[in-house]
Amino acid sequence: MAKKPDLLPGTLDMLILKTLTRAPLHGYGIALSIKRLSDDVLTVEEGSLYPALQRLLLQGWVKAEWKMTETNRRARFYTLTAAGRKQLGLEVSQFEQMIEAIGRVLNDAQEA
Amino acid sequence: MATVSVFFKKLSLLLRRNRFHSELEEEMAFHRAEMERELIASGTAPQVARAAARKQFGNSARLNEQSHEIIGFSVESVFQDLHYAFRQMRKNPGFALTAIFILTLGIGVTVAIFGFVDAALLEPLPFTNPNRLVSVDEKSSMFPRSNLSRADYEDWKRMNHSLSSLEVYAGNGYLMASPDGVVPVPAVRVSDGFLSTLGVQPFLGRVFLPGEDLPGKPKIVILTYGTWLKRFGARRDIVGHSVTLSGDAYTIVGVLPREFAFAPRGNGEFFVPLLDKGPGCESRRSCHNLDGIGRLKDGVTLEAARAEMESIAQQLAKQFPDSNLGQGASVLPLSEIIVGPMRAILLTLLAATGLLLLIACVNVASLLLVRSESRRREIAVRGALGATPKRLVRQFVTEGLLLAIAGGAGGLLVSTWVMILLTKMIPENLAAGIPFLKLVGLNLHTCLFAAAVMLLAALLLAATPILRLSFQDIRDGLGDGDRGSAGSLWRRLGANLVVVELAIAVILLVGAGLLGQSFYRLLHVDNGFDTSHLATVQINVPDKLYPQNAQLLPLYREIERRLLALPGVQSVGLTSNLPVDCNCNTDWIRIVGKPFHGEHNEVNQRDVSPNYFATLKARLVRGRVFTSDDVDQRPHVIVINQTLARKYFPGEDPIGKKLADDGLTPNSFREIVGIVADLREGGLDQELWPAEYAPIDQTADNYFAVAVRTTQDEKSMLPTIVATLHGIDRNLGAYGELTMTDQIETTQSSLLHRFSTWLVGGFAVMAFVLGVVGLYGVIAYSVSRRTREIGVRMALGAQRSAVYGLVMRQAGWLTALGVGIGLVCAVGACMLMRSVLFGVQAWDPLTLFGVALVLGTASMAASFLPAYRAASVSPTEALRTE
Repeated sequence: MAKKPDLLPGTLDMLILKTLTRAPLHGYGIALSIKRLSDDVLTVEEGSLYPALQRLLLQGWVKAEWKMTETNRRARFYTLTAAGRKQLGLEVSQFEQMIEAIGRVLNDAQEA
Repeated sequence: MATVSVFFKKLSLLLRRNRFHSELEEEMAFHRAEMERELIASGTAPQVARAAARKQFGNSARLNEQSHEIIGFSVESVFQDLHYAFRQMRKNPGFALTAIFILTLGIGVTVAIFGFVDAALLEPLPFTNPNRLVSVDEKSSMFPRSNLSRADYEDWKRMNHSLSSLEVYAGNGYLMASPDGVVPVPAVRVSDGFLSTLGVQPFLGRVFLPGEDLPGKPKIVILTYGTWLKRFGARRDIVGHSVTLSGDAYTIVGVLPREFAFAPRGNGEFFVPLLDKGPGCESRRSCHNLDGIGRLKDGVTLEAARAEMESIAQQLAKQFPDSNLGQGASVLPLSEIIVGPMRAILLTLLAATGLLLLIACVNVASLLLVRSESRRREIAVRGALGATPKRLVRQFVTEGLLLAIAGGAGGLLVSTWVMILLTKMIPENLAAGIPFLKLVGLNLHTCLFAAAVMLLAALLLAATPILRLSFQDIRDGLGDGDRGSAGSLWRRLGANLVVVELAIAVILLVGAGLLGQSFYRLLHVDNGFDTSHLATVQINVPDKLYPQNAQLLPLYREIERRLLALPGVQSVGLTSNLPVDCNCNTDWIRIVGKPFHGEHNEVNQRDVSPNYFATLKARLVRGRVFTSDDVDQRPHVIVINQTLARKYFPGEDPIGKKLADDGLTPNSFREIVGIVADLREGGLDQELWPAEYAPIDQTADNYFAVAVRTTQDEKSMLPTIVATLHGIDRNLGAYGELTMTDQIETTQSSLLHRFSTWLVGGFAVMAFVLGVVGLYGVIAYSVSRRTREIGVRMALGAQRSAVYGLVMRQAGWLTALGVGIGLVCAVGACMLMRSVLFGVQAWDPLTLFGVALVLGTASMAASFLPAYRAASVSPTEALRTE
């Protein structure tokens, strides 16, 4: 079985926040969503998902409330807050800058 | 802002921690269930799906912990460490108690001695701006600091520009009238601005006003707080009342505050203005009886003030060569006069306690080392279960800190107790001269010092196991293969520690040995007379009742007769100054018929009764002593000591030669009739000075002392002697009754030596025990680790003697190394404390050899037990171990 690439360090928070921009989701839903949207390339380890969610809660970037799912089970749904939206913008722009920079380096290497 | 809100969120989560965990638990259970559901939906068998979901999800307890770390405070893990550390201690109380006991002792003693050092050397003197106060005196070739004469003082005060004030003080005794007869009381005569220069605010009334010290002004007095309490019933309305001192009525104008103490005259009960110059000393420029204090003007340095005073002294020497030739100026910080003599001893003691503390820490560290050896497996397991190296290190730091805090807290308690004990050990008459004793105790400085010491100890204790444990070889620790590298590492580190311990023990033992020898030599220094069975009492005769020789001489005779009549009294002598007191009351002599250039030949001058030499059992070297017929002889006759004979009559016979004052005044001529072997007039550790003894009848004085030779216990005679004196005249002041043995043992030098000997000796004994126990521990541990090796050796045919040799060689090698290094360091250390040694060299071979012998023997004895155990190992059992 081919090894899946690990998440780039520091990007998990950003991915979670991005996922939540569409609708509130529970933890499992977030993991599933990231997996599907990335065509199974990115897998969120449960081991990092829940600590990350606690961190986001603590920073006030997401809110959590208990609701019922379609299957009628109690689950904790996470909602993006205004501060979270701002933080997402910040992280995305930082990430893009970095990708761009990496890209420039790689291109230069190819041309040489 | 963000951090604040995070903090409050954490805080609120802290309050509902249980709910947090159950919610997290539920959330993760939901996650697992959903995963399982999806797997089943995609066609996996239910059991397989459940297992796969679980596997993928991982260790939920660990996940829970990780989430906890996010929302928890970082301090919380410290509590976990602490909890674990406590559990470690409880599991092994012997180790914990031993370690804490050793640390308590080390820290306690160190903090206590620091308490004294702090009070004496770091706390400022209890005066206003004390660092601007200076002690101002004259100096001459014989005295680095001698009294000022009143005329010189007045000129210095008038001519100098570097001091904002220059004031003087002099001790003086008075006979205070009380309902129970006269009481001799010590007092201080001071110039008008003395108290205000120190910055004293009176508790009641006022201090002296300018001009109140001039001759002919009214007689007034200020009480110290203690005197007000003790002698005047603490009456608030005391100001304005009068007290009779030596027959004169003095009006009380003020009472000094309780905290006031002027150490150079710490026993003074009254402060009296200088007033009359009198017919005696203070009208002569050559008579020095005052001490000065001054306050430096702003911007004037000590050196500048000293230079100015020196130039004034030079000027006066030119102007009054008879009295002032060679008289210089001494300007020193006042603190130097008060605490200077204690500095060397205190610093020696502090250094000794520092060494003791070090040895205590090293001892505990090596205990920890042994323990870390047996905790290798535990560490490896924790590491394998995911504890980060950082966390493991923190565990050791926590344990070290816990030990150090326990030791520090215990140490603080011990130190208060030690400080009280030591303060109480100082006799009262001496304590008056050590004002800082009141400051000794727990205060900010000592607590900070204790905290610093504690922190250092904690660092040392934490560092040892950390150094010891390399966290990379976790797998080594899990297996049983801790035989090779670990063993040799332990031997290297552990052995080094024991060498350090032994070396420190040697330093302390040598220091204690040298101090002990100094003390012994001090007490057994040749005093030139028989100090046993000698009782002494000081007498102050009211000059109103005995103004002249006509009244005094019959009194002398009566005192001699009545005391001699007491049962158990062998002989009675009178003297102006008792021996073993001070090189003071000096006279400037000129040898008649020898070249003289105005130099000041300083000699001790004593007036003694004819029986004085016989009473002291002084040895007459040549000539004769006085007889009662000598009183009316012209010229007067004197007896000199051997030092005077050697110094001023080298290679000549002094008998029959004459001395005179430097002006060759006719009635100052006196003829030498005898030479006595040197009597020690000055302190035990001071050199012998030339001395002349004149018949007391020729120069009768109101202050004198009796020396009584007894056949029975002289101490029990003291009350009888005082009672007899009061029986002669109840107006006589009798005070300072003391046996000569006590006098010798309570001089400042012998007390300081006694204290340092006992203290350093105590420290050395502790260090000795710790060092030897440390060595025993190292050897015993090493033997226990080598049991299998020894078994193999014996199975292969090694004799028991060879096993003994194996163990004892290791012990001998460590001991030799420790003792050798220690001896070298000890000589170095003792060179530094040369100033507190008396009559013994820092490299005294006897002490060095003795210490090496004692420590070597004890070490070998301590190692013999483990060696015996090693040699009695049965090879089969040894091979079966582990």
